[in-house]
Amino acid sequence: MKSLLSLLILLIIPPISMAAIDAYQFPNDELSVRYHELIAQLRCPQCLNTNISGSDAMIAKDLRSETHRLLLDGKTDDEILDFMHERYGDFILYNPRVTLGTAVLWFAPLLFVLIALVTLVSIVRRRLVLGKPEVDVEQLNALLGKHEGEQR
Amino acid sequence: MTLNKSLLIPLVVFVLLILLLGLGFTLKDPHFLPSELIDKPFPEFSLVDLESAQTRTREDVLGDIVLVNVWATWCPNCLIEHPELTRIAADEGVTLVGVNYNDESVKARRWLQRHGDPYSFHIVDNEGRLAIDLGVYGAPETFVVDQQGVIRYRHVGPVTRDVWQRTLAPVIDLLESGV
Repeated sequence: MKSLLSLLILLIIPPISMAAIDAYQFPNDELSVRYHELIAQLRCPQCLNTNISGSDAMIAKDLRSETHRLLLDGKTDDEILDFMHERYGDFILYNPRVTLGTAVLWFAPLLFVLIALVTLVSIVRRRLVLGKPEVDVEQLNALLGKHEGEQR
Repeated sequence: MTLNKSLLIPLVVFVLLILLLGLGFTLKDPHFLPSELIDKPFPEFSLVDLESAQTRTREDVLGDIVLVNVWATWCPNCLIEHPELTRIAADEGVTLVGVNYNDESVKARRWLQRHGDPYSFHIVDNEGRLAIDLGVYGAPETFVVDQQGVIRYRHVGPVTRDVWQRTLAPVIDLLESGV
């Protein structure tokens, strides 16, 4: 009974370590909202598939503090993303920029849709051309045991 | 038997896809990030020295080919690479500069007393600000900085004998011969 109770308590208490919570102060709500938007779209360089908002890694913590500092300095979102991009490259942006290197990433889906469309059109066309019922009259007549003469 | 060639198209696409995905397995380390800072000047900084009250700036890194090594006492790989760094400083005559990253200076000094200090000096980067400017995302990381203070190479992870022979030494030789 006791263990059941403690299990219940454990289940009820929210997992504290789920997301890093820093006590950053912002002079207004707008900055705070932008802060949370920014740390959600920056990827933690250390942990592959987590944003810096959800990571406990040291570098994520440092980058959150840097984001906070840059916001207080009056930097725009673009300037902050540029700052991160200059230092950590394409990897850090969950929304990668369109460059020569990332062009494949951006345009491959479009290319696939185009290929699919071309294929579809060509298949439909072929069916339209070949689609008329193809009856070999001679063979049919032969099968039915009729003479050509009778047919005409 | 004649084969309808168009039936082969899905197979070809499939094989190409497998090859493309297979490429992913050949990437040695998914953690590896190409450095944005190669061929860019070493960042400006103004931080305190670990062993004196001196302020260290970018000027202190200039003049010679320097290995800038980002290390910390909490980093096990830093201990692993320490003997090799010590050897490089002693036998290869390369100047080593330490960046003590997100560490406690008292611990760092004790660590150096215990394991030896082959570095010319250490820059204390307790808030990781210089590390961010260097694009560092863990320790250890080692940068080759040329005579003009331009970052020419970056190594992520411990510097082993193999790393020295294969990458760092050739890069430094090239820089020395280029002068």
